Amino acid sequence: MGMTMTQKILAKHAGLEKVQVGELIQADLDLVLGNDITTPVAVKEFNKIGIKEVFDKKKVAIVPDHFTPNKDIKTAEMCKVIREFAKEKEIENYFEIGEMGIEHVLIPEKGLVVAGDVVIGADSHTCTYGALGAFATGIGSTDMAAGMSTGKCWFKVPSALKFVLKGKPSPWVSGKDVILHIIGMIGVDGALYKSMEFVGDGLKHLSMDDRFTMANMAIEAGGKNGIFAVDEQTIEYIKNHSTKEYTTYTADEDAVYDKVYEIDLATIRPTVAFPHLPDNTRTIDEVGDIKVDQVVIGSCTNGRMADLRVAAKILKDKKVAKGVRVIVFPGTQKIYLEAMKEGLLEIFVKAGVVVSTPTCGPCLGGHMGILAAGERAVATTNRNFVGRMGHPESEVYLASPAVAAASALTGKITNPEELA
Amino acid sequence: MKAQGKVFKYGSNVDTDVIIPARYLNTADPKELAKYCMEDIDKDFATEVNKGDIIVADKNFGCGSSREHAPLAIKAAGVSCVIATTFARIFYRNAINIGLPILECPEAVEKIKAGDVLEIDFGTGAIYNRTRQETYQGQAFPEFMQNIIAADGLINYLKNNA
Ligand code: SF4
Repeated sequence: MGMTMTQKILAKHAGLEKVQVGELIQADLDLVLGNDITTPVAVKEFNKIGIKEVFDKKKVAIVPDHFTPNKDIKTAEMCKVIREFAKEKEIENYFEIGEMGIEHVLIPEKGLVVAGDVVIGADSHTCTYGALGAFATGIGSTDMAAGMSTGKCWFKVPSALKFVLKGKPSPWVSGKDVILHIIGMIGVDGALYKSMEFVGDGLKHLSMDDRFTMANMAIEAGGKNGIFAVDEQTIEYIKNHSTKEYTTYTADEDAVYDKVYEIDLATIRPTVAFPHLPDNTRTIDEVGDIKVDQVVIGSCTNGRMADLRVAAKILKDKKVAKGVRVIVFPGTQKIYLEAMKEGLLEIFVKAGVVVSTPTCGPCLGGHMGILAAGERAVATTNRNFVGRMGHPESEVYLASPAVAAASALTGKITNPEELA
Repeated sequence: MKAQGKVFKYGSNVDTDVIIPARYLNTADPKELAKYCMEDIDKDFATEVNKGDIIVADKNFGCGSSREHAPLAIKAAGVSCVIATTFARIFYRNAINIGLPILECPEAVEKIKAGDVLEIDFGTGAIYNRTRQETYQGQAFPEFMQNIIAADGLINYLKNNA
Protein backbone atom coordinates (compact mmCIF):
# COMPACT_ATOMS: atom_id res chain seq x y z
CA MET A 1 0.00 0.00 0.00
CA GLY A 2 1.44 3.37 -1.00
CA MET A 3 1.81 6.51 1.05
CA THR A 4 0.39 10.02 0.69
CA MET A 5 2.65 13.12 0.51
CA THR A 6 2.14 13.74 4.21
CA GLN A 7 2.82 10.14 5.20
CA LYS A 8 6.07 10.14 3.19
CA ILE A 9 7.35 13.30 4.86
CA LEU A 10 6.46 11.97 8.30
CA ALA A 11 8.08 8.58 7.62
CA LYS A 12 11.29 10.27 6.50
CA HIS A 13 11.43 12.46 9.61
CA ALA A 14 10.73 9.51 11.88
CA GLY A 15 13.52 7.49 10.29
CA LEU A 16 11.07 4.90 9.04
CA GLU A 17 10.68 3.25 5.70
CA LYS A 18 6.91 3.20 5.94
CA VAL A 19 4.21 4.50 8.22
CA GLN A 20 0.58 3.52 8.57
CA VAL A 21 -2.55 5.45 9.37
CA GLY A 22 -3.03 5.65 13.13
CA GLU A 23 0.57 4.78 13.97
CA LEU A 24 2.11 6.92 16.72
CA ILE A 25 5.52 8.22 15.67
CA GLN A 26 8.21 10.63 16.87
CA ALA A 27 9.35 12.96 14.12
CA ASP A 28 12.36 15.29 13.90
CA LEU A 29 11.40 18.93 13.56
CA ASP A 30 12.79 21.44 11.07
CA LEU A 31 11.13 24.41 12.74
CA VAL A 32 9.27 25.16 15.99
CA LEU A 33 7.20 28.34 15.99
CA GLY A 34 5.37 30.42 18.58
CA ASN A 35 3.64 33.78 18.96
CA ASP A 36 2.97 36.28 21.76
CA ILE A 37 -0.11 34.42 23.08
CA THR A 38 1.24 30.89 23.07
CA THR A 39 4.97 31.42 23.74
CA PRO A 40 4.64 32.85 27.29
CA VAL A 41 2.90 29.62 28.32
CA ALA A 42 5.55 27.58 26.46
CA VAL A 43 8.37 29.49 28.19
CA LYS A 44 6.86 28.64 31.58
CA GLU A 45 6.68 24.96 30.61
CA PHE A 46 10.15 25.00 29.03
CA ASN A 47 11.65 26.33 32.24
CA LYS A 48 10.00 23.54 34.21
CA ILE A 49 11.78 20.87 32.15
CA GLY A 50 15.04 22.15 33.56
CA ILE A 51 17.25 22.23 30.47
CA LYS A 52 19.20 25.32 29.52
CA GLU A 53 19.31 25.45 25.73
CA VAL A 54 16.83 25.05 22.92
CA PHE A 55 17.61 22.09 20.66
CA ASP A 56 18.72 24.33 17.78
CA LYS A 57 18.88 28.14 17.80
CA LYS A 58 18.25 28.28 14.07
CA LYS A 59 15.18 26.07 14.20
CA VAL A 60 13.06 28.03 16.64
CA ALA A 61 11.08 31.05 15.46
CA ILE A 62 9.16 33.45 17.67
CA VAL A 63 6.96 36.21 16.29
CA PRO A 64 4.97 38.49 18.59
CA ASP A 65 2.12 39.51 16.28
CA HIS A 66 -1.26 39.08 17.98
CA PHE A 67 -1.27 42.00 20.40
CA THR A 68 1.59 44.02 18.93
CA PRO A 69 2.38 46.89 18.94
CA ASN A 70 1.32 46.08 22.49
CA LYS A 71 -2.27 47.01 23.16
CA ASP A 72 -2.06 47.24 26.97
CA ILE A 73 0.20 46.70 29.95
CA LYS A 74 -0.56 42.99 30.32
CA THR A 75 0.32 42.19 26.70
CA ALA A 76 3.46 44.32 26.98
CA GLU A 77 4.49 42.14 29.93
CA MET A 78 3.80 38.98 27.95
CA CYS A 79 5.94 40.20 25.07
CA LYS A 80 8.70 41.11 27.49
CA VAL A 81 8.79 37.53 28.73
CA ILE A 82 9.35 36.16 25.25
CA ARG A 83 11.76 38.91 24.19
CA GLU A 84 13.96 38.06 27.16
CA PHE A 85 13.64 34.35 26.50
CA ALA A 86 14.64 34.84 22.84
CA LYS A 87 17.63 36.90 23.89
CA GLU A 88 18.79 34.54 26.61
CA LYS A 89 18.44 31.46 24.41
CA GLU A 90 19.99 33.31 21.44
CA ILE A 91 17.10 32.44 19.19
CA GLU A 92 18.04 33.58 15.70
CA ASN A 93 14.59 33.91 14.26
CA TYR A 94 12.94 36.30 16.64
CA PHE A 95 11.11 39.08 14.80
CA GLU A 96 9.34 41.99 16.37
CA ILE A 97 8.25 45.54 15.64
CA GLY A 98 10.18 46.97 12.74
CA GLU A 99 11.02 43.70 11.10
CA MET A 100 7.97 41.68 11.97
CA GLY A 101 4.84 40.55 10.29
CA ILE A 102 1.98 38.16 10.85
CA GLU A 103 3.83 34.92 11.54
CA HIS A 104 2.35 32.84 8.71
CA VAL A 105 3.09 35.49 6.12
CA LEU A 106 6.54 36.22 7.52
CA ILE A 107 7.92 32.68 7.96
CA PRO A 108 7.68 31.70 4.25
CA GLU A 109 8.88 35.16 3.20
CA LYS A 110 11.99 34.69 5.36
CA GLY A 111 12.60 31.34 3.69
CA LEU A 112 12.37 29.45 6.97
CA VAL A 113 10.24 26.67 5.53
CA VAL A 114 10.86 24.72 2.33
CA ALA A 115 9.31 21.69 0.65
CA GLY A 116 9.70 18.46 2.61
CA ASP A 117 10.08 20.11 6.05
CA VAL A 118 8.25 19.13 9.21
CA VAL A 119 7.09 22.19 11.13
CA ILE A 120 5.08 22.60 14.31
CA GLY A 121 3.75 25.94 15.46
CA ALA A 122 1.86 26.99 18.54
CA ASP A 123 -0.72 28.61 16.34
CA SER A 124 -3.45 26.74 14.53
CA HIS A 125 -2.75 28.39 11.17
CA THR A 126 0.75 26.92 11.00
CA CYS A 127 -0.82 24.67 8.35
CA THR A 128 -0.27 27.61 5.93
CA TYR A 129 3.20 26.28 4.99
CA GLY A 130 1.65 23.25 3.36
CA ALA A 131 1.47 25.52 0.31
CA LEU A 132 5.23 24.92 0.00
CA GLY A 133 4.91 21.15 0.04
CA ALA A 134 5.92 20.92 3.71
CA PHE A 135 4.15 19.12 6.56
CA ALA A 136 3.13 21.90 8.94
CA THR A 137 0.62 21.69 11.74
CA GLY A 138 -0.65 23.62 14.73
CA ILE A 139 0.04 22.40 18.25
CA GLY A 140 -0.23 23.94 21.72
CA SER A 141 2.20 25.62 24.06
CA THR A 142 3.23 22.45 25.87
CA ASP A 143 4.07 20.78 22.56
CA MET A 144 6.04 23.89 21.65
CA ALA A 145 8.01 23.66 24.90
CA ALA A 146 8.70 19.96 24.39
CA GLY A 147 9.60 20.64 20.72
CA MET A 148 12.02 23.45 21.63
CA SER A 149 13.77 21.21 24.10
CA THR A 150 13.91 17.91 22.21
CA GLY A 151 13.54 18.87 18.54
CA LYS A 152 10.91 16.17 18.27
CA CYS A 153 7.15 15.84 18.43
CA TRP A 154 4.76 12.89 18.59
CA PHE A 155 2.20 12.50 15.83
CA LYS A 156 -0.53 10.09 14.95
CA VAL A 157 -0.11 9.35 11.24
CA PRO A 158 -3.17 10.85 9.50
CA SER A 159 -5.27 9.49 6.67
CA ALA A 160 -6.01 11.92 3.87
CA LEU A 161 -8.52 13.53 1.58
CA LYS A 162 -7.41 14.24 -1.96
CA PHE A 163 -8.59 17.29 -3.86
CA VAL A 164 -7.94 17.09 -7.59
CA LEU A 165 -8.22 20.61 -8.96
CA LYS A 166 -8.99 21.13 -12.64
CA GLY A 167 -9.79 24.02 -14.94
CA LYS A 168 -9.19 27.71 -14.55
CA PRO A 169 -10.97 29.97 -12.08
CA SER A 170 -12.91 32.97 -13.46
CA PRO A 171 -11.33 36.43 -13.09
CA TRP A 172 -12.73 37.49 -9.69
CA VAL A 173 -12.37 34.06 -8.11
CA SER A 174 -9.32 33.47 -5.90
CA GLY A 175 -7.86 30.83 -3.61
CA LYS A 176 -10.11 32.18 -0.84
CA ASP A 177 -13.24 31.35 -2.80
CA VAL A 178 -11.91 27.88 -3.61
CA ILE A 179 -11.17 27.03 0.01
CA LEU A 180 -14.44 28.51 1.29
CA HIS A 181 -16.23 26.43 -1.34
CA ILE A 182 -14.39 23.30 -0.14
CA ILE A 183 -15.09 23.97 3.56
CA GLY A 184 -18.73 24.60 2.73
CA MET A 185 -18.80 21.27 0.95
CA ILE A 186 -17.09 19.07 3.57
CA GLY A 187 -17.93 21.00 6.78
CA VAL A 188 -15.88 22.36 9.67
CA ASP A 189 -15.06 18.83 10.79
CA GLY A 190 -14.95 17.33 7.30
CA ALA A 191 -11.20 16.79 7.47
CA LEU A 192 -10.92 16.13 11.22
CA TYR A 193 -7.55 14.46 12.04
CA LYS A 194 -6.85 14.17 8.29
CA SER A 195 -4.50 15.68 5.72
CA MET A 196 -5.95 17.65 2.84
CA GLU A 197 -3.82 17.07 -0.24
CA PHE A 198 -4.19 19.39 -3.22
CA VAL A 199 -3.08 18.19 -6.65
CA GLY A 200 -4.04 18.46 -10.30
CA ASP A 201 -3.77 20.53 -13.44
CA GLY A 202 -5.71 23.40 -11.96
CA LEU A 203 -2.81 24.18 -9.60
CA LYS A 204 -1.01 26.08 -12.32
CA HIS A 205 -3.77 28.69 -12.22
CA LEU A 206 -3.35 29.20 -8.48
CA SER A 207 -0.54 31.57 -7.47
CA MET A 208 1.59 30.89 -4.40
CA ASP A 209 -0.46 33.56 -2.61
CA ASP A 210 -3.65 31.65 -3.50
CA ARG A 211 -2.11 28.44 -2.19
CA PHE A 212 -1.03 30.01 1.10
CA THR A 213 -4.61 31.20 1.56
CA MET A 214 -5.99 27.74 0.91
CA ALA A 215 -3.51 25.81 3.07
CA ASN A 216 -4.08 28.40 5.81
CA MET A 217 -7.73 27.39 6.09
CA ALA A 218 -7.23 23.60 6.19
CA ILE A 219 -7.68 23.88 9.96
CA GLU A 220 -11.10 25.45 9.35
CA ALA A 221 -12.18 22.05 7.99
CA GLY A 222 -10.61 20.40 11.04
CA GLY A 223 -7.60 19.23 9.01
CA LYS A 224 -4.31 18.25 10.60
CA ASN A 225 -2.52 19.77 7.64
CA GLY A 226 -3.11 20.97 4.11
CA ILE A 227 -0.44 20.25 1.53
CA PHE A 228 0.08 21.16 -2.12
CA ALA A 229 1.94 19.14 -4.73
CA VAL A 230 5.22 20.88 -5.53
CA ASP A 231 5.46 22.39 -9.03
CA GLU A 232 7.57 25.00 -10.86
CA GLN A 233 5.88 27.86 -9.03
CA THR A 234 6.71 26.34 -5.65
CA ILE A 235 10.34 25.79 -6.58
CA GLU A 236 10.67 29.30 -7.93
CA TYR A 237 9.22 30.69 -4.70
CA ILE A 238 11.58 28.61 -2.57
CA LYS A 239 14.62 29.61 -4.62
CA ASN A 240 13.69 33.28 -4.36
CA HIS A 241 13.24 33.18 -0.60
CA SER A 242 15.48 30.52 0.86
CA THR A 243 18.92 28.98 0.73
CA LYS A 244 17.74 25.86 2.53
CA GLU A 245 17.76 22.56 0.72
CA TYR A 246 14.33 21.28 -0.21
CA THR A 247 12.93 17.85 -0.97
CA THR A 248 9.96 17.15 -3.18
CA TYR A 249 7.63 14.37 -2.10
CA THR A 250 4.99 12.99 -4.42
CA ALA A 251 2.22 10.67 -3.30
CA ASP A 252 2.57 7.05 -4.42
CA GLU A 253 0.30 6.00 -7.28
CA ASP A 254 -1.37 3.49 -4.98
CA ALA A 255 -1.65 5.81 -1.98
CA VAL A 256 -4.96 5.32 -0.19
CA TYR A 257 -7.29 8.26 0.40
CA ASP A 258 -10.45 8.32 2.53
CA LYS A 259 -12.07 10.25 -0.27
CA VAL A 260 -11.14 11.90 -3.56
CA TYR A 261 -12.86 15.10 -4.68
CA GLU A 262 -12.61 16.44 -8.21
CA ILE A 263 -13.15 20.15 -8.39
CA ASP A 264 -13.49 22.18 -11.57
CA LEU A 265 -12.17 25.61 -10.62
CA ALA A 266 -14.10 27.18 -13.51
CA THR A 267 -17.39 26.41 -11.76
CA ILE A 268 -16.51 28.11 -8.47
CA ARG A 269 -18.29 31.38 -7.73
CA PRO A 270 -17.12 34.12 -5.36
CA THR A 271 -18.06 32.61 -1.99
CA VAL A 272 -18.97 34.09 1.41
CA ALA A 273 -19.14 32.30 4.79
CA PHE A 274 -22.00 33.59 6.94
CA PRO A 275 -21.84 33.72 10.73
CA HIS A 276 -20.88 31.83 12.83
CA LEU A 277 -18.94 29.04 11.15
CA PRO A 278 -16.63 28.95 8.11
CA ASP A 279 -18.71 26.15 6.55
CA ASN A 280 -21.86 28.28 6.48
CA THR A 281 -21.13 29.31 2.91
CA ARG A 282 -23.19 30.82 0.11
CA THR A 283 -22.19 31.86 -3.36
CA ILE A 284 -22.21 35.58 -4.00
CA ASP A 285 -25.38 35.08 -6.05
CA GLU A 286 -27.24 33.83 -2.97
CA VAL A 287 -26.02 36.42 -0.49
CA GLY A 288 -28.92 38.89 -0.61
CA ASP A 289 -28.85 42.28 1.07
CA ILE A 290 -26.24 42.27 3.85
CA LYS A 291 -25.23 45.73 5.07
CA VAL A 292 -21.84 46.01 6.75
CA ASP A 293 -20.32 48.45 9.26
CA GLN A 294 -16.72 47.40 8.78
CA VAL A 295 -14.53 45.87 6.10
CA VAL A 296 -11.27 44.18 7.04
CA ILE A 297 -8.70 43.24 4.39
CA GLY A 298 -5.57 41.45 5.54
CA SER A 299 -4.51 38.69 8.01
CA CYS A 300 -2.45 35.53 7.54
CA THR A 301 -5.14 34.37 5.13
CA ASN A 302 -5.25 37.36 2.78
CA GLY A 303 -2.61 39.93 3.69
CA ARG A 304 -0.23 39.24 0.80
CA MET A 305 0.63 41.28 -2.30
CA ALA A 306 -1.90 39.58 -4.58
CA ASP A 307 -4.61 40.38 -2.04
CA LEU A 308 -3.68 44.03 -1.71
CA ARG A 309 -3.36 44.40 -5.48
CA VAL A 310 -6.85 43.12 -6.16
CA ALA A 311 -8.31 45.34 -3.42
CA ALA A 312 -6.47 48.39 -4.82
CA LYS A 313 -7.66 47.63 -8.32
CA ILE A 314 -11.25 47.85 -7.11
CA LEU A 315 -10.75 50.89 -4.86
CA LYS A 316 -8.64 52.96 -7.28
CA ASP A 317 -10.00 56.49 -7.76
CA LYS A 318 -13.10 55.66 -5.74
CA LYS A 319 -14.35 56.41 -2.23
CA VAL A 320 -15.55 53.88 0.31
CA ALA A 321 -19.24 54.15 1.21
CA LYS A 322 -20.10 56.70 3.87
CA GLY A 323 -20.34 55.18 7.32
CA VAL A 324 -18.27 52.08 6.49
CA ARG A 325 -14.95 51.67 8.31
CA VAL A 326 -12.41 50.00 6.07
CA ILE A 327 -9.15 48.65 7.49
CA VAL A 328 -6.31 47.16 5.44
CA PHE A 329 -3.55 45.37 7.30
CA PRO A 330 -0.63 44.09 5.21
CA GLY A 331 1.03 40.85 6.29
CA THR A 332 4.60 42.01 6.74
CA GLN A 333 6.87 45.05 6.63
CA LYS A 334 8.18 43.87 3.28
CA ILE A 335 4.67 43.74 1.84
CA TYR A 336 3.95 47.14 3.37
CA LEU A 337 6.98 48.58 1.59
CA GLU A 338 6.17 46.90 -1.68
CA ALA A 339 2.58 48.16 -1.50
CA MET A 340 3.97 51.61 -0.87
CA LYS A 341 6.28 51.45 -3.88
CA GLU A 342 3.49 50.20 -6.13
CA GLY A 343 1.26 53.07 -5.03
CA LEU A 344 -1.32 50.80 -3.42
CA LEU A 345 -1.18 52.54 -0.06
CA GLU A 346 -1.93 55.84 -1.73
CA ILE A 347 -4.94 54.34 -3.47
CA PHE A 348 -6.20 53.03 -0.11
CA VAL A 349 -5.74 56.25 1.80
CA LYS A 350 -7.32 58.33 -0.95
CA ALA A 351 -10.29 55.97 -0.96
CA GLY A 352 -10.79 56.58 2.75
CA VAL A 353 -9.24 53.35 4.01
CA VAL A 354 -7.15 53.02 7.18
CA VAL A 355 -3.86 51.20 6.60
CA SER A 356 -2.49 49.44 9.67
CA THR A 357 0.96 48.23 10.54
CA PRO A 358 1.25 44.43 10.18
CA THR A 359 -0.51 42.84 13.19
CA CYS A 360 -3.12 40.19 13.91
CA GLY A 361 -5.13 42.94 15.63
CA PRO A 362 -8.68 42.91 14.32
CA CYS A 363 -8.61 39.30 13.07
CA LEU A 364 -8.98 37.83 16.55
CA GLY A 365 -10.78 40.75 18.15
CA GLY A 366 -7.51 41.80 19.75
CA HIS A 367 -7.25 45.49 18.93
CA MET A 368 -7.38 47.93 15.97
CA GLY A 369 -10.93 47.34 14.85
CA ILE A 370 -13.16 45.67 17.45
CA LEU A 371 -16.88 45.34 16.70
CA ALA A 372 -19.66 46.56 19.01
CA ALA A 373 -22.88 44.63 19.71
CA GLY A 374 -25.03 44.33 16.62
CA GLU A 375 -22.26 45.37 14.22
CA ARG A 376 -21.31 43.46 11.14
CA ALA A 377 -18.04 43.05 9.28
CA VAL A 378 -17.02 41.46 6.04
CA ALA A 379 -13.46 40.23 6.48
CA THR A 380 -10.82 38.40 4.49
CA THR A 381 -9.77 36.55 7.66
CA ASN A 382 -10.40 32.88 8.39
CA ARG A 383 -12.79 32.64 11.35
CA ASN A 384 -16.27 33.97 11.98
CA PHE A 385 -16.99 32.33 15.33
CA VAL A 386 -19.21 34.02 17.92
CA GLY A 387 -17.34 37.03 19.31
CA ARG A 388 -14.31 36.51 17.07
CA MET A 389 -13.92 40.20 16.21
CA GLY A 390 -15.41 41.70 19.32
CA HIS A 391 -18.82 41.65 21.00
CA PRO A 392 -20.51 38.22 21.13
CA GLU A 393 -23.49 39.80 19.34
CA SER A 394 -21.42 41.08 16.42
CA GLU A 395 -21.17 39.23 13.12
CA VAL A 396 -18.32 38.36 10.76
CA TYR A 397 -18.74 37.35 7.11
CA LEU A 398 -15.69 35.75 5.49
CA ALA A 399 -14.86 36.59 1.89
CA SER A 400 -12.09 37.22 -0.63
CA PRO A 401 -10.25 40.55 -0.92
CA ALA A 402 -12.20 41.26 -4.13
CA VAL A 403 -15.58 40.80 -2.44
CA ALA A 404 -14.42 42.76 0.62
CA ALA A 405 -13.16 45.69 -1.48
CA ALA A 406 -16.33 45.74 -3.59
CA SER A 407 -18.36 45.75 -0.37
CA ALA A 408 -16.32 48.69 0.92
CA LEU A 409 -17.60 50.78 -1.97
CA THR A 410 -21.27 49.96 -1.50
CA GLY A 411 -21.62 49.33 2.24
CA LYS A 412 -23.15 45.90 1.66
CA ILE A 413 -21.75 42.56 0.58
CA THR A 414 -21.16 43.02 -3.13
CA ASN A 415 -20.18 40.92 -6.11
CA PRO A 416 -16.98 42.36 -7.63
CA GLU A 417 -18.15 41.21 -11.06
CA GLU A 418 -20.92 43.80 -10.92
CA LEU A 419 -18.49 46.68 -10.53
CA ALA A 420 -16.30 45.79 -13.46
CA MET B 1 -8.33 7.11 38.04
CA LYS B 2 -11.91 8.26 38.41
CA ALA B 3 -14.01 11.38 38.07
CA GLN B 4 -17.43 12.30 39.35
CA GLY B 5 -19.66 15.32 38.84
CA LYS B 6 -22.61 17.09 37.34
CA VAL B 7 -23.02 17.64 33.59
CA PHE B 8 -22.95 20.90 31.63
CA LYS B 9 -24.14 20.10 28.12
CA TYR B 10 -23.39 21.88 24.82
CA GLY B 11 -23.86 21.28 21.09
CA SER B 12 -21.44 20.82 18.17
CA ASN B 13 -18.42 22.94 17.20
CA VAL B 14 -17.85 24.60 20.57
CA ASP B 15 -14.84 26.66 19.49
CA THR B 16 -11.86 27.98 21.41
CA ASP B 17 -13.09 31.57 20.97
CA VAL B 18 -16.14 30.84 23.09
CA ILE B 19 -14.26 28.61 25.53
CA ILE B 20 -11.95 31.55 26.25
CA PRO B 21 -12.41 34.73 24.17
CA ALA B 22 -9.27 36.49 22.88
CA ARG B 23 -10.12 39.58 24.91
CA TYR B 24 -9.01 37.64 28.00
CA LEU B 25 -5.81 36.26 26.49
CA ASN B 26 -3.67 39.02 27.91
CA THR B 27 -2.92 36.65 30.76
CA ALA B 28 -1.84 33.03 30.95
CA ASP B 29 -2.89 32.57 34.59
CA PRO B 30 -5.27 29.57 34.63
CA LYS B 31 -7.27 30.86 37.62
CA GLU B 32 -7.83 34.19 35.93
CA LEU B 33 -8.82 32.46 32.67
CA ALA B 34 -11.27 30.18 34.51
CA LYS B 35 -13.35 33.21 35.50
CA TYR B 36 -14.31 33.79 31.86
CA CYS B 37 -14.54 30.18 30.71
CA MET B 38 -17.45 29.56 28.27
CA GLU B 39 -18.63 33.14 28.80
CA ASP B 40 -19.82 33.72 25.24
CA ILE B 41 -22.11 30.67 25.11
CA ASP B 42 -22.97 30.20 28.77
CA LYS B 43 -22.69 33.27 30.99
CA ASP B 44 -23.45 31.28 34.15
CA PHE B 45 -20.91 28.51 33.64
CA ALA B 46 -18.03 30.07 35.57
CA THR B 47 -20.17 30.80 38.63
CA GLU B 48 -22.17 27.57 38.63
CA VAL B 49 -19.44 25.02 37.93
CA ASN B 50 -18.23 22.97 40.90
CA LYS B 51 -15.07 20.98 41.30
CA GLY B 52 -15.41 17.63 39.53
CA ASP B 53 -18.16 18.69 37.12
CA ILE B 54 -18.17 17.35 33.58
CA ILE B 55 -18.67 19.00 30.19
CA VAL B 56 -20.54 16.95 27.59
CA ALA B 57 -20.69 18.21 24.00
CA ASP B 58 -21.39 16.97 20.51
CA LYS B 59 -19.01 17.01 17.51
CA ASN B 60 -15.69 18.83 17.01
CA PHE B 61 -15.30 20.22 20.54
CA GLY B 62 -12.50 22.79 20.82
CA CYS B 63 -12.21 23.67 17.14
CA GLY B 64 -10.35 26.81 16.13
CA SER B 65 -7.28 28.25 17.72
CA SER B 66 -4.32 26.39 19.21
CA ARG B 67 -4.59 28.38 22.44
CA GLU B 68 -3.78 26.04 25.30
CA HIS B 69 -5.59 28.61 27.41
CA ALA B 70 -8.82 26.83 26.40
CA PRO B 71 -8.20 23.48 28.15
CA LEU B 72 -6.31 25.33 30.92
CA ALA B 73 -9.39 27.49 31.62
CA ILE B 74 -11.65 24.43 31.65
CA LYS B 75 -9.31 22.53 33.96
CA ALA B 76 -8.83 25.48 36.31
CA ALA B 77 -12.61 25.94 36.46
CA GLY B 78 -12.65 22.56 38.19
CA VAL B 79 -13.91 20.38 35.33
CA SER B 80 -12.77 16.77 35.77
CA CYS B 81 -13.46 15.51 32.25
CA VAL B 82 -14.85 16.55 28.86
CA ILE B 83 -16.90 13.98 26.96
CA ALA B 84 -17.66 14.66 23.29
CA THR B 85 -18.66 12.85 20.12
CA THR B 86 -15.38 14.08 18.59
CA PHE B 87 -12.68 16.60 19.49
CA ALA B 88 -10.79 19.03 17.26
CA ARG B 89 -7.26 17.67 17.06
CA ILE B 90 -5.23 20.53 18.53
CA PHE B 91 -7.59 20.69 21.51
CA TYR B 92 -7.22 16.93 21.90
CA ARG B 93 -3.41 17.19 22.05
CA ASN B 94 -3.48 20.19 24.35
CA ALA B 95 -5.91 18.58 26.77
CA ILE B 96 -3.73 15.50 27.10
CA ASN B 97 -0.56 17.56 27.34
CA ILE B 98 -1.88 19.65 30.24
CA GLY B 99 -3.57 16.69 31.93
CA LEU B 100 -7.25 17.40 31.29
CA PRO B 101 -9.02 14.06 30.79
CA ILE B 102 -11.15 13.82 27.64
CA LEU B 103 -13.27 11.01 26.25
CA GLU B 104 -14.94 10.37 22.92
CA CYS B 105 -18.25 8.55 23.31
CA PRO B 106 -21.16 9.26 20.90
CA GLU B 107 -23.59 7.08 22.85
CA ALA B 108 -22.98 8.96 26.08
CA VAL B 109 -23.42 12.30 24.34
CA GLU B 110 -26.73 11.18 22.91
CA LYS B 111 -28.17 9.94 26.21
CA ILE B 112 -26.74 12.28 28.83
CA LYS B 113 -28.79 15.37 29.70
CA ALA B 114 -27.68 18.59 31.36
CA GLY B 115 -27.59 18.22 35.13
CA ASP B 116 -27.09 14.41 35.13
CA VAL B 117 -24.51 13.11 37.58
CA LEU B 118 -21.77 10.88 36.14
CA GLU B 119 -18.99 8.65 37.37
CA ILE B 120 -16.14 7.97 34.94
CA ASP B 121 -13.41 5.35 35.11
CA PHE B 122 -10.50 6.44 32.90
CA GLY B 123 -8.84 3.04 33.14
CA THR B 124 -11.73 1.23 31.48
CA GLY B 125 -13.43 4.15 29.70
CA ALA B 126 -16.74 3.31 31.40
CA ILE B 127 -19.14 6.19 32.02
CA TYR B 128 -21.83 5.51 34.63
CA ASN B 129 -24.85 7.85 34.62
CA ARG B 130 -26.06 7.88 38.22
CA THR B 131 -29.15 9.96 37.44
CA ARG B 132 -30.38 7.57 34.74
CA GLN B 133 -28.66 4.43 36.01
CA GLU B 134 -27.10 3.71 32.61
CA THR B 135 -23.55 2.81 31.61
CA TYR B 136 -21.89 3.85 28.35
CA GLN B 137 -18.60 2.49 27.11
CA GLY B 138 -16.08 5.14 26.04
CA GLN B 139 -12.57 4.39 24.78
CA ALA B 140 -10.12 3.48 27.54
CA PHE B 141 -7.13 5.82 27.61
CA PRO B 142 -3.99 4.34 26.08
CA GLU B 143 -1.46 3.74 28.83
CA PHE B 144 0.91 6.52 27.84
CA MET B 145 -1.94 9.03 27.98
CA GLN B 146 -2.99 7.75 31.40
CA ASN B 147 0.58 8.25 32.55
CA ILE B 148 0.65 11.82 31.25
CA ILE B 149 -2.64 12.62 32.96
CA ALA B 150 -1.49 10.95 36.18
CA ALA B 151 1.68 13.09 36.09
CA ASP B 152 -0.55 16.16 35.59
CA GLY B 153 0.69 16.87 32.10
CA LEU B 154 3.40 16.14 29.55
CA ILE B 155 6.04 18.41 31.06
CA ASN B 156 5.86 16.78 34.48
CA TYR B 157 5.85 13.43 32.76
CA LEU B 158 9.02 14.35 30.80
CA LYS B 159 10.61 15.60 33.99
CA ASN B 160 9.72 12.49 35.97
CA ASN B 161 11.06 10.27 33.23
CA ALA B 162 14.18 12.28 32.40
S1 SF4 C 1 -3.96 36.88 11.41
FE1 SF4 C 1 -5.65 36.00 12.59
S2 SF4 C 1 -5.71 33.83 12.11
FE2 SF4 C 1 -3.73 34.66 11.40
S3 SF4 C 1 -2.30 34.23 13.06
FE3 SF4 C 1 -3.14 36.28 13.37
S4 SF4 C 1 -4.94 35.99 14.71
FE4 SF4 C 1 -4.38 34.01 13.88
